[in-house]
Amino acid sequence: MYPVKILLVDDEIPFVKTLTKRLSRRELNIITAFSGQEALAQLKKDPDIEIIVLDIKMPGMNGLRTLEEIKRDYPLVEVIILTGHSTVDSAIRGMRLGAFDYLVKPCDIDQLISRMQEATEKKRRLDEKWPD
Amino acid sequence: MADRNSDQATSILAEPVRFPSEEEFPRRYRLLRRNMILIMVAVTILPLVMMAVINHYEYQQALRREIITPMRSLVSKTQHSFELFLTERLSAVSFIASAYSFEELSDQKTLNRIFHVMKDKFGGFVDLGLIDSFGVQKSYVGPYSLEGKTYMDHDWFREVTVRGEHISEVFMGYRKFPHFVIAIRTENQIGENWILRATIDTEKFNSLIASMGLDSSSDAFIVNHSGVFQTSSRFYGKVLERFPMPMPPINYETDVVETMDPQGHPILLAYKYFLSPSFVLMLAKPRSEVLKSWYTLKSEILIIFIVSVLLIFLVVFKITDILVKRIEISDRERLVTYHEIEHTNKLASVGRLAAGVAHEINNPMAIINEKAGLLQDLIETMPTFERKEKFLKLTESINACVDRCSTITHRLLGFARRMDVEIETIDLNEVVQEVYGFLEKEAFHRNIEVRLNLDKELPEISSDHGQLQQVFLNILNNAFSAVEDGGSIAITSRRQDPELVSVSIEDNGIGMSEETMSRIFDPFFTGRKGYGTGLGLSITYGIIKKLGGHIEVNSREGKGTTFTVFLPKSAKQEAEA
Ligand SMILES: [Mg+2]
Repeated sequence: MYPVKILLVDDEIPFVKTLTKRLSRRELNIITAFSGQEALAQLKKDPDIEIIVLDIKMPGMNGLRTLEEIKRDYPLVEVIILTGHSTVDSAIRGMRLGAFDYLVKPCDIDQLISRMQEATEKKRRLDEKWPD
Repeated sequence: MADRNSDQATSILAEPVRFPSEEEFPRRYRLLRRNMILIMVAVTILPLVMMAVINHYEYQQALRREIITPMRSLVSKTQHSFELFLTERLSAVSFIASAYSFEELSDQKTLNRIFHVMKDKFGGFVDLGLIDSFGVQKSYVGPYSLEGKTYMDHDWFREVTVRGEHISEVFMGYRKFPHFVIAIRTENQIGENWILRATIDTEKFNSLIASMGLDSSSDAFIVNHSGVFQTSSRFYGKVLERFPMPMPPINYETDVVETMDPQGHPILLAYKYFLSPSFVLMLAKPRSEVLKSWYTLKSEILIIFIVSVLLIFLVVFKITDILVKRIEISDRERLVTYHEIEHTNKLASVGRLAAGVAHEINNPMAIINEKAGLLQDLIETMPTFERKEKFLKLTESINACVDRCSTITHRLLGFARRMDVEIETIDLNEVVQEVYGFLEKEAFHRNIEVRLNLDKELPEISSDHGQLQQVFLNILNNAFSAVEDGGSIAITSRRQDPELVSVSIEDNGIGMSEETMSRIFDPFFTGRKGYGTGLGLSITYGIIKKLGGHIEVNSREGKGTTFTVFLPKSAKQEAEA
């Protein structure tokens, strides 16, 4: 198992920075983006990204639209939604668009990590079935 | 939802929902009823009264006319007969006076012959005499011996000298029979004049009155202008006695007056004054007799009137009663609906607000959470940090607060999105036991006795499992916070009727005040100042409404509170207002 590369997307900069530090301390490989467009650009630049943790309410391109684009271009990348604006509607739409899970802020870091692990396992299983 | 502490903090105490205007209801409807009855009675009885009164007078007039007209015509006719009779006698005497000369009439024999012819042909003549222009009796035929008597100073003599003729009033004459006198003055070509005077009995008067054909209650008679009977009356006196009533006003046309007889009975009096002599013909009938049919009719009208009025009153009262009751019921229903709508609207707007607040708070809360987490991480990896324990405690307490905040925001969001109802078949007892499961530990620690009286025969209902959990959790939380340690709570499920089941949660806690009761289901109302969001019962209320049920609350301060949730066997989705 090679180390997993995770993209953290959120418009709240202190949140992203702090979470990155914490996750990095747990030996996770984190890259960050502060908007939907930035996230897509990062994905393009770095095709090794396996997991994306995505906020929904962001200025500019919102999380659900970003998710749509990601799933269209990189269907094998797993996306975990992590948002403060949890509504039943956005949760359902997120899951329909192919999100792996839907978490609500504030979220316990251990829970987040365990979901990321599950997502990674799922992704790697699929990768083995359809290599490239 | 599962976080006990925060739920407890939001617990509030409850009482039944009542409308403040309820006390005003009876007075308002009493007034309405009174006004309606007054108006309806007025508009129905008034025309009836008016009609009755008008009818009364119309009938009275008609009947009076019907009775008075025949009386009047009878009096006119009879008076006419009297005048005819008097004129005839006057003409007879006048003819004799003119046909014979003074000398012939002075002759006792001739006068005697003439007298007997008149007696034969006309009847009623009692005597006949000739008086010269000086008032001296020249000749006389009759029962008295009046020859040589002088009448110079008598009123009748003066009158006949001036007017040429005279008919006297009735007087008591020969053999105590009533008589009257006719006197005629005649003048020949050479200026000599004389007076022929005849006395006639009043037998003919009586026969004229008899010919009127009166019934036994009526009376007809003649009086003179000064009120002395000229004929005998059946009821009011004999001839030459005084007429016992005041004389009616002089009228040479027939008239009818209503008056009282000496016995005080009302009578109708028809009368006509003669031009000459000074007679008045009168016809009296008792009014009661006359208007007998009218009185019969009047009492019939009265009975009909009274019966109608009673009927109207009965109907008016009944109708008003029904109407006012209907109005009262629909007013109450409207008020209830209005309150429900108001409540729902309040819930909805509060829900939107709550959702917005929750969303905005979640983001900074996440940052606090991560910062505290990072702090914790850093401390844990510092082997030589001497105040490690102290700092870890601090970060833990930050985390605990973040957890608490997140529970509150989650509840707010739950409230905002409340009721996306998912219907499934549910064993209500199971739901109650599940919910109690959350609180079992607390009951144990606080030594609270919880009795479950669950009806084993309770039918399954179709409803929303998750929503009902929230309902019972909210109510149970309230109960837990209301009781002291060592108190008791009873949960009872019951089948109310084939279509309705109920769960009541009774505690022996602190109960609640009057003021609390009216606001218990309002969002953000809380029984304990400064704790919680107060959303518990308002959520409960909304969910139960949504599931087609209702909630009742009974409470007494210091005694305890009972919440009873009624649920239909199958939840009907209520249309959103
Ligand atoms: Mg955001």
